[in-house]
Amino acid sequence: MAKGKVIFNEDICKGCALCTTNCPVNIVVLDTSRINQKGYHPATLSDPEQCIGCANCAMMCPDNVITVERF
Amino acid sequence: MAVVFEKTKGLTEKETHYCPGCTHGIIHRLVAEVLEELDVLGETVGVAPVGCSVLAYEYFNCDMQEAAHGRAPAVATGIKRALPDKVVFSYQGDGDLASIGTAEIVHVAHRGEKITTIFVNNAIYGMTGGQMAPTTLIGQKTTTSPLGRDSNLTGFPLRMSEMLATIDGAVFVERVSVHNPAAIRKAKKAIKKAFEVQLEGKGFGIVEVLSTCPTNWGMTPVKALGWLEENMIPYYPLGNFKSPEEAK
Ligand SMILES: Cc1ncc(C[n+]2csc(CCOP(=O)(O)OP(=O)(O)O)c2C)c(N)n1
Ligand code: SF4
Ligand code: SF4
Ligand code: SF4
Repeated sequence: MAKGKVIFNEDICKGCALCTTNCPVNIVVLDTSRINQKGYHPATLSDPEQCIGCANCAMMCPDNVITVERF
Repeated sequence: MAVVFEKTKGLTEKETHYCPGCTHGIIHRLVAEVLEELDVLGETVGVAPVGCSVLAYEYFNCDMQEAAHGRAPAVATGIKRALPDKVVFSYQGDGDLASIGTAEIVHVAHRGEKITTIFVNNAIYGMTGGQMAPTTLIGQKTTTSPLGRDSNLTGFPLRMSEMLATIDGAVFVERVSVHNPAAIRKAKKAIKKAFEVQLEGKGFGIVEVLSTCPTNWGMTPVKALGWLEENMIPYYPLGNFKSPEEAK
């Protein structure tokens, strides 16, 4: 069971990948199969079940794309 | 289920114009979170600079005033003296603060104005296309130092925090970075202390934040974080240079 939940405000993501650099379980990735309305590959989770809700990804995001909840 | 991270009310809904991965966005957020936590958003007047953060007045959810290049500390002085009960801060880049605005920042510290300055040092002029700044590192390539900065020709990078810490009116001086979550947490603590020093009426406070400019450094945002850590921090050591006893 996931301990945390990450919500991306995907439309405003700039695909910079800073959120992918400090995830302790390494599940934050850019979805290279999709392009958002700004023209970037948006960030997403490869395996949401592993999220521990530490909010490192949100801390690194310069554009306030990410909201984190913990169970 | 509890929300452990969400966008601060200290920022407006406006999307920023900053390049992808530019850490100006992280620094904006930290300042805004601190203003929200101190519950002073309704009492704050920020002064935006000239540079990439020229549009900061669109992003901070408090009163804002735009200043001419380098003159944010002078404008902030006027606001604080006319409205001493307001929380007043300037937000300035290194071209703005350490080049054209050197006199203003030195004398705002010299007079001990009770304002807070957030100094974003990205070692380059971002807005104008990546020219050399006084803070550009030796050997760093910019559009005006295409072979790398040469100290024989253009001197050595200016350490503003160390210099300002020698001035009696500057009571809080700290250099921080935003290259990883631990550094970001420390940066926020320093920004909070600097605003608390102002609220206590103690004197001038400045937090220098090492920041990236992936676009003009010519690298990806992720590589830029590594470049900052490996090249900027050794020359611009992180830490507190000055603090009133209680703020330590
Ligand atoms: C009086 C004046 N001189 C020069 C300029 C051109 N100018 C605009 S921004 C800038 C430097 C910006 O660099 P910095 O303060 O480091 O901010 P950054 O864009 O890197 O965030 C300069 C020289 C100007 N706008 N006004
Ligand atoms: S909250 Fe923590 S564990 Fe979950 S995705 Fe973000 S960085 Fe990874
Ligand atoms: S850090 Fe923010 S803007 Fe950058 S890729 Fe991640 S979610 Fe998108
Ligand atoms: S030019 Fe540099 S400092 Fe300006 S927004 Fe782009 S990355 Fe940030």
